[in-house]
Parts: sequence; structure tokens; C-alpha cells
Amino acid sequence: MPVFNQSRSRIIRLIFLLAFLVILAQLFNLQLISGKYSKLAMDNAVFAKIVYPERGIIYDRKGKAILNNAIMFDLMVTPAEIKNFDTTAFCNLMQMDTADFVKRIREVIYKNKNTVRPSVFEALLTPQMQARFEENSWRFPGFALIERPVRVYPFNVAGHILGNINEVDARDIERSGDFYRQGDYIGKSGLEAIYERVLMGKRGVQYLIKDNHNRLVGTYEKGVFDTAAVAGRGLRTFLDVELQTLAEKLMTNKVGAVVALDPKTGGILAMVSGPNFNPNELTGPEKNKNYSRLVLDVKAPLLNRAIKGQYPPGSTFKPLGALVALDEGVITPSYGFPCPGRYLLCGNGKPACTHSEPGHAANLRLSIAHSCNSYYAHVYRLAVDNPKFKNVRDGFTHWKGYMNAFGLGRKLGVDLPSEDMANIPDTTAYDKEYRGSWNSCSNLTLGIGQDKMTATPLQLANAMCIIANKGFYYTPHFVNRIDSETDDDTALLNKYRAKHEVLTHISDDAYNAVIDGMEDVVTSGTARIAMIPGIDVCAKTGTAENYTILDGRRIKLPNNSMFVCFAPKENPKIAIAVAVENAGFGATWGGPIARILMEKYLNDTLQTKSVEDVERIANTNLMPDYYKRLQYKTDSLRARDWFKKTNDSSYIQKYISFKGIKNPAGKNKPAQPQQNLQFVATLPDNKYSIKQGQEPIPA
Amino acid sequence: MSQRNPAISKGIDYSLVWIYLLLVSIGIMAIFGATYRDGDPILQSFFGFKTDYSKQFYFFVAALVIGLFILLTDSKFFSATANIFYATGIFLLLLTFPLHTSISGTESIIKVGGFNFQAAEFCKITVALALAKYLSRPETEFTKTRSQLIAAALVLFPAALTILQKEMGLALVFFAFFLVMYREGLPSGVLIIGFAAATLVVATLLVEKNTLALVLTGIALLIVFSMRRQVKRQKAILFRVILLWFVCVSIIWVGVPFAFKHMLKLYQVERIYSTIGKEVPTEYIEAHNKDKEGGGGGKKKDTDYNVRQSKIAIGSGGAIGKGLLKGTQTRYGFVPEQRTDFIFDTIAEGFGFAGCFVFLSIYLLLLFRMVAVAERQRSVFSRCYAYGVAVVFFFHIIINIAMAVGLAPVIGITLPLISYGGTSLLTFTILLFILIRLDADRQMVLR
Repeated sequence: MPVFNQSRSRIIRLIFLLAFLVILAQLFNLQLISGKYSKLAMDNAVFAKIVYPERGIIYDRKGKAILNNAIMFDLMVTPAEIKNFDTTAFCNLMQMDTADFVKRIREVIYKNKNTVRPSVFEALLTPQMQARFEENSWRFPGFALIERPVRVYPFNVAGHILGNINEVDARDIERSGDFYRQGDYIGKSGLEAIYERVLMGKRGVQYLIKDNHNRLVGTYEKGVFDTAAVAGRGLRTFLDVELQTLAEKLMTNKVGAVVALDPKTGGILAMVSGPNFNPNELTGPEKNKNYSRLVLDVKAPLLNRAIKGQYPPGSTFKPLGALVALDEGVITPSYGFPCPGRYLLCGNGKPACTHSEPGHAANLRLSIAHSCNSYYAHVYRLAVDNPKFKNVRDGFTHWKGYMNAFGLGRKLGVDLPSEDMANIPDTTAYDKEYRGSWNSCSNLTLGIGQDKMTATPLQLANAMCIIANKGFYYTPHFVNRIDSETDDDTALLNKYRAKHEVLTHISDDAYNAVIDGMEDVVTSGTARIAMIPGIDVCAKTGTAENYTILDGRRIKLPNNSMFVCFAPKENPKIAIAVAVENAGFGATWGGPIARILMEKYLNDTLQTKSVEDVERIANTNLMPDYYKRLQYKTDSLRARDWFKKTNDSSYIQKYISFKGIKNPAGKNKPAQPQQNLQFVATLPDNKYSIKQGQEPIPA
Repeated sequence: MSQRNPAISKGIDYSLVWIYLLLVSIGIMAIFGATYRDGDPILQSFFGFKTDYSKQFYFFVAALVIGLFILLTDSKFFSATANIFYATGIFLLLLTFPLHTSISGTESIIKVGGFNFQAAEFCKITVALALAKYLSRPETEFTKTRSQLIAAALVLFPAALTILQKEMGLALVFFAFFLVMYREGLPSGVLIIGFAAATLVVATLLVEKNTLALVLTGIALLIVFSMRRQVKRQKAILFRVILLWFVCVSIIWVGVPFAFKHMLKLYQVERIYSTIGKEVPTEYIEAHNKDKEGGGGGKKKDTDYNVRQSKIAIGSGGAIGKGLLKGTQTRYGFVPEQRTDFIFDTIAEGFGFAGCFVFLSIYLLLLFRMVAVAERQRSVFSRCYAYGVAVVFFFHIIINIAMAVGLAPVIGITLPLISYGGTSLLTFTILLFILIRLDADRQMVLR
């Protein structure tokens, strides 16, 4: 029997062998044939961490950093490590209630679907909070601080210019061709946006090992596949931070803008828009709250009026009108116009002139110095009705060509996003308005910088540069150099380094006549307030009428105070345009502001009179009254919309009850709105404003 | 191994000892590869009894000591006490029912001091001994059905108890002993029937029930038709065919559904279906949910996560592997239970197909050596025991690796001499060293 069964040992061995071969075949299949598993294993375990480079720094013309990097801290939580935890002590320390604490922890767990991965508990702690937590961190296992770089503005100035960064949104990602990923930061406005590629540097990659809970546990292959990040390069700008600070101080509580250019380079020395904001408000822990407040303010502090404010230039336009007429040969520098105090040649006696004494417009120079409206209305008509053109349309088109050459009515191409072109109307606009039948009398106030003509302060300052340079300009821009400039950078900056000889065909005589006139404006005309001892200043004041529509009525607002100037006359180093809304005469506010800035820039010191003026101007509140009413209306409308959307009447209640106290029932008179300002911040507006599809930050 | 003592070392099969040492070393290395954390001082943690590989090392030392004791024992001791051991084993299994710990998922573990004792593991040894003892009795005539039934009962009784303790995997191991009986004269038919039944069950899972029944009916009719002449002469053939057809069809229609609905746990059903890559039929899920009276039935578990990760680990090893301590799958917790049930992944990921080939060759060498050793025994007891050891090893190895590569459902059984765990290592050491002891005295005839 055993002998007989001996053969079965072979069968048993065969079974063993066959089973092993089946296993081996499957191993062959898994390990050698299907190639997908190593990739799956890599996906499982290797995490490509993006290493963010330090963002480039922005310097002013003297090498001071005006936009820098700093470290702030995020409080991270790893829910699984919270053990023996004194929740009450923690909540007291971090100033939150226990319910909120529990809610946040739940959210973190829900978001990660596990409890072992660290997540942000509170982003960007305030320095006080950070210090407080650091002292007590040993008591709270599971919580840790993690460094997070943020942008800081050491001088608290130039928010409109420098811009800010924020997390990319879906549109940014799409626009970049998926170069950016969720969670990346991108320059959203200002120089941060325009020079994004320079400032951001090159991202690095670090390959890390993660475990089955997505925890990072170490480097992959000791980092041989890693790529180091390359820090962003610095921008060297023309900005003069002292000048900028001074200008911002002067524009406190004023609506308007100041632009100071270097005519020789087109470099922007200072650019201020009022009302202003502190750029650091939009970086730190409170940034969302602050942003909501700023974006809902009807005074639009986020709006950069220097490139987006459209102002009728008023009399500041007159030197340009003179140059056009001189170049077309319709007048000579000795041309005079008998002005009796109003312009009578178009029948209705408009425009009126502030001067009526004979001879105040006896020649070009005098007419500029006295800012004679009749003279320039007539000069405009002469230019448009020039017999060498077929008709008024042809003449007007030609005149518009001059305006565009001066940089009006078109985008200059400054290195900031969303510059406005303002408006120089074309013939179609008048064809429409006058049903095709109009002549030079219809729009003669264009000659004094009114009618449909508007210009941004930047365009006005640039026009001053053209006059100061006698015909050429460089595109106004901020960035002078980029650190370790590459070919790409040079290509980017070349358009700012190109000289635009747009109006050099106008004779020097013509320029000299106008410049002399502008000098007279300072020495003996309307801008005597801008006189600086030892420096020949050329300037022109402007006082432009303007209107707004409020509560369905067109109301006339106080005049805008406009002022343009450049200095010194023979070797111009600075050209300035100032617009102060609803402030009255050009000389009253624009004049001293421009003078102080010129003094600061050219002399580096201020005369005693100017030092006093700085304080006086800074402390003057020129905010137009109608904003208060507008704010009240906007806020209460928003509260109503909020109520409609959410049925949450708490905000509308405030307005109603407020109204009730101020105005006994029955009266439909609007309440005094000053106190409503405090309600603005209390609205959950951030979400709301996004729903409305507003631009994240209007630059 | 104690070369200076001629009494012990005489007749010892050193090839088995060397393969044993080699495998345990590979095991410790694999555990080291799976659980070593960068930066730990290697030597310190190796001897500190803190880490898993250190523990396994000390288990190894303990196993060696016990192995040495076994080698010092008189080989007659094992045959003489085999029945007592078997009785003890059964007693301990019974004792487990009231005394088992409350570890979830199993009721097979008794805690003695700091150690977990699993009677079912111990029974592998006692059943191997007792079966050998029974088959080697002079009065046993294994050709008789009665003896075959007694031998089967010896094996199936502890298996049944183990199933009751919810240790499906361990219970299955006992079925391996039928291979021993086969070697000793169990009719081939039994093995073939067993294999055919297994095939039928798998086919039931893979093919739609009614289709399969129809195919079987067709086959039965074909057989009857082709054998119609014999059938005319002998009606019994027709009867047998019809009986066979009836048994098969009832397995398909009644047996498998019953087992899946009432005998197996839902997770086991899920694992089986995930191995063949199919969804669990809703009727089974419903039946299980009904058993639980509706409670907690809606929770969907990712049953094939383990196997998927295990396959990724093995597959990512490629031809030559990533190297020791480089396996990302096995080192960062993606493969669950990977010190024990899925330890093969560490080797496969670290050393690739080449490494697996060498590793499997070592195992196959061990098995073939055991069979060769078995065949050279004069004593039936030693031969039967040797076969018993060989088939237990074989079964463990094949099921464990098949599970890791996704060919078998996940049932938690260890990889002999490799997996982490003192009990497993000790069991296999004892099994092997008794074999070595018996083989050393192969000139003697044991009863």
C-alpha cells in the first residue's frame, strides 16, 4: 500500500508547483505587465509641494523699500492631537466662545475627512494674538503656528499704485492657462498685477512623502528631484516716497487726485487719489473686514482717481488750445481779442469772462495770464473753422487729432491696470446731439475745457510734460529698472523708454509764447499762490463746473479746483496736475498743493509758509456733502436687498428705527445720515458684494 | 546548531534548518523594512524590544530555544503523546468559548498574562500529530471508509470549532490535511470531488445561477445520450448521473445562497466578491441586513481598499523593486495589516519580481525538501506528520500570497516564518522542529 501510494508524492509536489506557478503568473502580470501600479503608488505617496519664492520688493527712487515682505502666522490645528485640552482656557485666550471653537474644529474635520491633517484654524493672527498664543502654546496640544509670508507697506502709502495680492480665482487660473493653482497668490491690482511675472519669481517644487492619512512625513529620495524656488526680482520705481507721503497728507479728506511726473523720463514721482486708504489694511488679519468697508464706501476710496477720475480740465486746457491755434497758423503770439466780459460772437453771450477791462487779452501771453474765456472760445472756433478745412466736421476731426497727440482722450499706457481714456468727443457725438446740424458755436466751450471734454489728472500732467518738453513725452510709468533685468523685462520696459515726439512740429516760438504766458500766470495771474522764490514756475489754474444726479434731480456741485504746472521753466524737472473735487477756485486748493510738492521735490525743504500750509490743507475737510446722502441711500437700499434675499430684517430695522427717532411718523424727509456710516461695516457686505459680481478691487 | 553535542546533531537535516533560518531572517528584514522610521538608531531600536522588528527578533530567539528543547526531546515522545495533545487541543478550543477576550472580529483568543493564546493555532500541531498517530496505527486500514471517516472527523472537528470562533481562515487550514490523507490512500475521487465542488462554487459566483444550471443539465443530458448503450444495460449509471446533476444543481440553487446568506458574514461575502471583481448581489446584502434587523445596513464599506493598495504595492515593485526602505506603499501605511497578513507586499515592493521569484523559490525548496524528507521516513507516523507540516505550510503560503496579489479573498492568515507575531512564528517553528527531530530518528520505527 505505501509503495503503491508513493506515486502520489509526485502529484502532491505537482500541486505545490502548480499553485506557485499561478502565484508567479499573477506577480508577473502585476509587476511586469501592467505599468499602472508604480504611478498609482507615486500618486499615493508622493506629494509635489510647491515652494513659493519670496515676492519681489518695490523700491522708490532713492532705494527705500515701499512694498516689502513680512512673516505673519496662521494658527493650525490637528484635531486628532487635541487631548487633555482645556477648551475654556483656550477660548478665553483666543477670545472666542466655546460653540464657535467646536464649530471650527468640526468644519476642519469635515473639510479634510480626517482628523490627523493639520489645517488652518485661524488665518493671520494679529501680533497680540500670536504673542499670547506663543506664551501658552504648551498648554494646547494639537495647535501650532505656521509662518505665512505677507506683503507690508512700510510707509503706509501708495495703496492705489502698489496694489495688493490675493488668492487666485477661477478666472485667473483659466487666463493663465492653468499656470496658477488653487491657493496661489497673484497680484490683483496696481504694480503687483502689472509686474506679476517679475515679482512672483519662479516657483520651486519639493517632493514630499505622505502617508495614508495625507500627513507629510518626509522628503522623497532626499530631495534629489526638488527644484529650488527663485525669488522675485525687485522693481526700482521713480516714486519719491517722501513726496508721495506729503501728497497723501495734503489730500486728506479731499476727493480728487494729484499726479507728479518727471518730464525728462515720464517717471511718475507721486500719484495720489483721494479719499485714500492705508494699504496695510488690506494685508493683515482684518483685510476682509477692511475691504468690505472700503468697497461699500460711496466715496470709492479704492478708486484711483489719478487714472480713472474724469474731470473737465477747465481753464487748464487753455495752453493746449493756444498751441493748436498757433500751429495751425490761425493766430500768432501777438493775436489779441477784444473781450468785454463775455463772448458775444455766438449770440448768447456765453461764456462769461472773469475779466472785462479792455486789453486783458491783448495778446496770447496776457490772455493766458488772465485766463480769458472769450479769447479761448474764439481761438477754438478759429482752429475748427480754419478755411483750409472743408467744413466744421473736418476741422473738428483735425482738432481732435491734436488732442489725442496731447494724450487726451486716449489711454496713455501707464503701467497700472484699468487706466481710463476719459473723453474727447468726436463728430458723431455732436451729430447725435444736434441731429447733424451744428457749428463751432455749438461746442465752443470745448475751447475752455468744458462741454463733453474730460481728462484724467494723469493725462493733464502728461500734457504739461509735452509743453515743458516742447513737443515730446515719455509714456508716464512707475518702474525705472527691474533688478537683474532680463530680455523679457527689457521688452516690457522699452515702451516706457521710447520718446514720443508727437508735437515737435509745433514751433519753439509757439511753445515759448505759451510757456511765457504760464509763467505770467504765476508771477502776475491767477496762480500767484504757486510762486516759489528762486524757481520759475509755469502754471495754469482751472475752475470747472460740474453736476451730479441725486434723488432724481440734477444738482450743481461746487466747482472742481484744477491746477497744472511745471518747473523750473528752463529745465523742467517736475510737472504736476492737481484735481480737487468741489473745492472751488483752482488757485485756492490746487495751487498751494502743487507749490508745496514742487518745493519739496526741487528744494527738498519747505518754506515756513508752506509748512503752515501743509497743516492747514491737511486739516481741511473738503468732502462734498452729497456723499452723506448718497451713502445713506445706498446702505438702506442694500439693507432692503439683504432683507429680500435672506428675510433677515435686522439691518433694515436699524434704518427704520433710526428714521423713526429722527423723524416722527408721517414725514418723508430723509434722515440726517452721518450716523449711518457706522452701519456700513456691520452689514455682512463682503459676501453680498461678491454676489453682486463687483470687481474684487477696483484699481 | 549545537555541533559539539553529537547526540543531538546526529541525523539532523541541516538543509531544513538553514532554510528556516534564512526565512526568519528575511521575515525580520521585511518587518524592519515596513516599520523602520528614518532617523531611529538602528542597533538601539533593534535590541530595545520597542519596535516590531526588535520584538520579532526576540520571538525568534525564544522560538530557537524552544526548537532546541524539541531537538533534545526523545522522538518517541511525540507519537506517544499525540492523542493527549489532540485532546488538550480540543479542550483548549472548547475552553476558548467561555474565556475568549473581547477583541472585535474574533472569539478565538485567550489572554494569558501578557500573551494572546490562540488555541486554533496550537491545534494545527496537535491535529498534525494526531492524524499521523491515527494513520500509523497498525490496526488502521485506511482503505476502509470507516477509517477515512474517522480521520476526516479528527480534522474537521477542530475546524468546525474554529469556524464557530469566527476564524474562517484558520479553519480552512485544517482542510489541508486531506492532502495528507490523500497521500495515505484516500481515493483520488474525494480530492477530485472536493476540487470539483470548489470549482462549482466559484462558477456559481461568476456565472448567473440559472444559466449555470442549464449548462449542467445540458452536460448531464449529453452524458446520458453518449452512454445510452451502457445505460440500457445498467440503470444504475443513469441513476448516478441524475444524482450528481441533482447535487450540483442544489449546490447552485440552495447550497451557495444559503452559505452566503446565513453562514458567512457580510464582510466575508464582500471580500469574496471583491476578489472576483463583482458587485455583491443585493439579495445577499438584504438577507444580512434582515439578520441585523435593519440596523446599520446602509453603511457602505470600501472592502477592496486593502487588496487594491496591496496590488499597487506589489505592482509598483516592478522588475527589480525599489530597494529596502524605499517602498512608499508599505512604509507609509497605505497597506493595512502589512506587518502580518500583507508582509509579502514589503518584499514585493522592495525587491520586485526578481525578489519575489527568489523568495517563492526558497519556499518551494522548503516544501519540496519536506516532501522528500517525508518520503524517506520508515515510520508511517513520521511520514504522515511530515506531510502534515508540509501541507500546513503550503496552505498558509499559497492563501496568504494569493490574498496579497488579489487571487483569493482576504482571510487573515499569516505567511509562515515571515509575518510579524510570536504565536505564528512559534507554531511554525514547533511544527518544523518536531519534523526535524523525527527525521533525525528516521531509522527508528515509531508507532
